[in-house]
Formats: sequence, C-alpha cells, structure tokens
Amino acid sequence: MIYKTKISQIPLLPLGALKNELVKKEKRLSALFFHPADRHLYVVCSDDEKGELSLVKTPIETYRYESLTPAYPAAHLFEREILETHQIVPENHPWPKPVRYLKDLIGDTNFYRIEGLESHEVAVGPVHAGVIEPGHFRFQCHGETVYHLEISLGYQHRGIEKKLIGGPSLRTLPYMETLAGDTSIGHAWAFCKNIESLSNVVVGERENLLRAIMLELERLANHTGDMGALAGDVGFLPTLSYCGRLRGDYLNMSAFICGSRFGRGMLKPGGVSFDLSLDQIKELELKLDNVFKDTKGAINVLWHSNMVLNRFEGTGVITQKEARDLGFVGMVARSTGLNLDVRKNFDHGDLYNDLSIAVCDSGDVFARATLRWLEMKNSYTFIKSALNKLKKAPPLNPIKPGPLESDSLAVSLVEGWRGEICHVNITNSVGMFSTYKVIDPSFHNWTALALSLRNQEISDFPLCNKSFNLSYCGHDL
Amino acid sequence: MLDVLRERFKQKKRTSAYPKKPVQLSERFRGRPQIDLNLCKSTECVECEKVCPTGAITCKDQKPSIDLGKCLFCLECSKACPTQAISFTNDYRLATSRRSDLVLSAPDHYELKKAQALKKEMLRLYGRSLKLRQISAAGCNACEADTNVLGTLFFDLSRFGIQIVASPRHADGILVTGPVSKNMEVALRKTYEAVPGPRIVIATGACAISGGIFSGHEETCGGLDAMIPVDLYIPGCPPHPMTILDGLLRLLSQKTN
Repeated sequence: MIYKTKISQIPLLPLGALKNELVKKEKRLSALFFHPADRHLYVVCSDDEKGELSLVKTPIETYRYESLTPAYPAAHLFEREILETHQIVPENHPWPKPVRYLKDLIGDTNFYRIEGLESHEVAVGPVHAGVIEPGHFRFQCHGETVYHLEISLGYQHRGIEKKLIGGPSLRTLPYMETLAGDTSIGHAWAFCKNIESLSNVVVGERENLLRAIMLELERLANHTGDMGALAGDVGFLPTLSYCGRLRGDYLNMSAFICGSRFGRGMLKPGGVSFDLSLDQIKELELKLDNVFKDTKGAINVLWHSNMVLNRFEGTGVITQKEARDLGFVGMVARSTGLNLDVRKNFDHGDLYNDLSIAVCDSGDVFARATLRWLEMKNSYTFIKSALNKLKKAPPLNPIKPGPLESDSLAVSLVEGWRGEICHVNITNSVGMFSTYKVIDPSFHNWTALALSLRNQEISDFPLCNKSFNLSYCGHDL
Repeated sequence: MLDVLRERFKQKKRTSAYPKKPVQLSERFRGRPQIDLNLCKSTECVECEKVCPTGAITCKDQKPSIDLGKCLFCLECSKACPTQAISFTNDYRLATSRRSDLVLSAPDHYELKKAQALKKEMLRLYGRSLKLRQISAAGCNACEADTNVLGTLFFDLSRFGIQIVASPRHADGILVTGPVSKNMEVALRKTYEAVPGPRIVIATGACAISGGIFSGHEETCGGLDAMIPVDLYIPGCPPHPMTILDGLLRLLSQKTN
C-alpha cells in the first residue's frame, strides 16, 4: 500500500476537530508525529474495511497542546515520543514518561508501584538470561500474581531516524535492513515502495513476486522459531528442538535466493538484486516442500499434548476492545478476532489474490500460537503459487529511481511478520528526506504484552512474552 | 506419546558432521572478499570507495584495502567496480585475534590471518569447557539470532564444550553483539565486571567490532574495542553461524574444517 500527496494538499484540522474525528469515527492510528520544519502534527489513519489511508495535520504554535490520549488512548506512546524528541508537551497526558531515554530530556521518572506489606516487586533486565535484546521489566506482584507489568525500553536506541534526515544516502538502505534485523525484508520493502512512489517508478511483476516470496519466507522462519520457543517455554522439548533446526532451513532458503539468511541486499529501490532461474525455482520448491513437511510434523505433535494446551489456553488474554482501543496491529489484533492485515485490506494489485488470512478470537497464548501455525500454512501455499507464477513472469527490469518529488509526503505500508510496518516520508524543497518516520509493529504492540500479564502468574511471563515476540530495536530505533 | 516417538523417528538425526565433514553453504553466500590486483585500476578509479556505506574499503596508496571489521558484505563495491576486480568468495572462516588482522591490504595482507588459540594457561582452563554470557548491546537481532542458532540441534554447540549461560557469575567470558548504545554502556560494563577472571571477550558482528553501520552516531559507543580488550573478532553483518563457530573453535584450539 502506498499513499502519496503534496504537503500543501494535506487537509488542516484544528486539534479539537481532530480529536472528535479520531474518537467518533473510531479510526485506527497508523502514525502520529511532529514535523519540525512546518511545526505541524501529522496524523495517518487507516481504514481497514475500505482499504484507505487518510491524512490530516494540525498546527502546533506553542510548546504545549491538549493531549489526545485521554479521549483516544491509542495515541499514548506517540505523544510520549513527541514529548521526548521535540519537547512538545501533551498537556493532561496520563503518563508522560520517556520512551527511549534520550539524554536527560525528561529526566528520571518512577515506576508505577503497588504499596503494601505483602506486595513485592520483581525487576528483570536489561541484560536477559538468554540470547535476547535488552529491555527492563518491572512486575508488581502479590504472591505469584502479577498485578501490573511496566516495560521500560530504550536500551537499543541507535538514533536512526535522526540520521535518515537529509537522505537518501549510502547508508539509508542498510539502516532499513537493521531497523529490526529479523524484519529486514519487511522494512526494506516499505522503504523501497516509498522511494519508488516518490520517484514515480513502477516495478514489474517478477520483482514484486520475488519480494513477496522473501517476505513470506521471513514470516515462515520467524513463526517457526516462535512455535519452537513457545513449546520450550512450557517444557515440550520435541517441538522446540525440531523447530530450532527448521527455522534455520527457512533462513537458508532466503540465503539460497540472495546469499543472506536475513535477506540483506535482496531489495533495492527500483527492483531486486537477485533472480531465480527455472532450475533454481524448481530446487526451491523441492526444498520448501521437504522442510514444510517436517514443520507440519513438528508442530502437529504440539497440539496433541494436553499439557501444552493446558498451559496455552486462557493464558495472557487480550480482549478485542483492548486491541481496538490501543491500536494493536498484526497477529496480536488478529488473535482477538480483528480482521486486520495490510496484505489483504489494502490494494496490492493482484499480488495477494491467492492469499487467505487467518483470524482467531480467544486472544490468549493459544490463539497467538494457533494463528502462527495457520499463517505458516497460508504463507507456504502463497509461496508455492508465487513460485509457479514466477516461472512465467517476464524477466527483471531494473530501474534506477531518479530524484524524489519535492515537498511531498508518502506513506508505505507492509504487513511484516509482526504486523503493520508504516513508513512516512516527507521530502523538502530539493527532494531530500526532511522527516522519515518509521513505525514498527512492536511500537503499537508492547502495551499488549504489559496488559496480558495482569492477573497472571509471574511464571507465565516467558510464555506470554514469547507469544508476542516483539522487537526491542524496532521500538527503540 | 506414540506420536511423539513416531515424529522423532521421522525427523531423523540432523546434527551436522562438522568438523569431520565441511558444511555446505548456499552458493550465493558472501564470505571473504577478494581483490584481483591485476584487474584493479586503482591508480585512476575509486568507484568502490565511493559506494561503501561504512568506509570499509579505501583506495589509499593506490591499492584498495578492505576492513572486514566494518564490511557489511553488501556487494555494493563489487557491483560498482568497472573491472570486476572485487568478488566475494564462499569462505566463511573470517574470525581473527587482532583488530588489525581484519584489514586486508596490499601488498601482502590480502591473506586473512585467522584467529589464534588462547594462551596456554587460558587454554588449560577453558579449552574443553567455555561458558559465555551473551550481551546484546543495540544489536538488531540478526547477530543474536545467528548466535542463538548455534544452540539448535544442527550445530549443537555444547558438543564442543561451549555453552551460553544465564548469569555472568556462571560465565568465563562475554559474547557481545551490537554497536553498544550509550543506554547499554553501564549494563555492559557491569556485566563484564561481574564475570570472574580471567575473562574472554568476543566481539560478534560489524557493529560490535567497529560500530558498523552505526559508527559515528552519538547514541552509540562505536563498538567494543574502545571499552574493553577483545580476544576474538567475528566479522559479518550478521556473521554466518559457521563463522561464529569456526572462530570459537579456533580460539579454543579445537579441530575445525
């Protein structure tokens, strides 16, 4: 999905009217950010039923404005980000604490605390007990029960958005591929779409098919790894060990196509860097069939174990209302029954005609595990049909994008394996980036993990955490 | 129960025969870069230097040199070279003991000096049992994922006596990924200090070695070197699991392929 407009044509809306619009029409917020060059708040909303994006902007004349969060909670983290990055205060924001702990801009804030003789607090991280990115978790407990979990991130902050300004440069594409290293294809594709739309380049069928195949391989690899890890967290070792290996096999398929297990260097604005010959397509089909057969077996034993089901069912529940109110995306939203998938809801030509979208409704770990498995099956079917189409698709036609349109804005959406990836790019008068905003699905979804822990046993935390498997660096940027 | 056993039978034994037999990497895998000086026209051309996103390739003294500690293995240089003098081989054995060994420069350093074994006393202590604490310090989760994968049954890291442990107190050393963000500096130092000596420090990936793509960012420390002494450098973005394994085994003077 791509949306492009001239900055001058974006409708202006006063803050009050904007708030009413958001609340009344129950719009889903894809992006909310401040553009310092013209001192406006930009709001990108998605209409998933109609498959449309809408954009408005609001002037911010002083360093204060009335917070949207009390009426429209999905804005909570965006407003904190604006406060931290641009020192613009959202007045009456219920919880204006730092997002990424940029240099002393807000200062230290306390953790929320439950007081009482019998309550206690558990602190975990930033360095975790496995091979995982850093983050800090603070649990407020009474006995084994968690009443509140506060997640404090920012340890992964590398200042990427700041460095993107003035681009595109030699580093822009590698930045995109490392925004969240396990979603290299998702972010690189969102970036490519953005550049292509602003330079009026249309990529061919073969390029699109190869990109889509890479995206689904990324989804398969990550979902397989997560299924294994979920099994491991409830002590069901067969699936853990098989999936660990199988995840590597999917990564190796990405490497078969482009030489990198994470798809680095595959996508570039205007096309792709590697092609598949007919023989290579057949070889890949064979590999995929074999690996998927093993995956099926590895995951099916999981569903036959009562112990696993007992731990999965009813654990870490997210309700549909929470998902809607707080703007959760991707698999987390779909696990509560919301039909929300960029691949299907927004226009992609006929690329995703053969794809079905799975939805579950119980909102618990079981729903998120089941959904992963259903999505893996759908991705497998999709890749098979895409490989078939690739056999007849016209050859690659690489185009080098020219200069970008000036004073314009482009929004690109991609359904990464975690959910909606949104890139908003505003160009200046000479067609360079003056704001490049990245919203990783994890930015929306970390709050879901915090909510899912309420009234859970603390021992279920690893299981809940893994059922979301969110990105730290995608959040911290 | 029966279906678990049946599945176990179907999934077969998958642990690789490495190091007895070599591991087959994909044909397009980008390993050690190679410069053909007969083809290179560096007296009049600096095309490769101009396109490198991290400044890994330089044409000083009219002969190109590549710093593997900065290289992203992104192919831009080889695409830009008008005479196809730069190519990437399939050789994954890239780890070194010294930072300077990662710089491949003319005329005699195009041969990579692979990692050396630990000193005798350290080898006596850790040669057959090494416990590592992994610290991700602003790594993008690619280096982390390809380190984690060593624990799966294909690589089966523990058969070499190497394990990733959950506390610095249980560890003999640290394996660091990421350019070390300013926000992780204190946690990294504290974890390092909590490891009982003598300790081993391993920098995994271009970011941990040189800051990688994030070098020059004020939010990062530009890699591990500036903070603590490093015993093993494993280049790549991210390094292939085999590159990491090969480096660890060389460090411990174990058999490689």
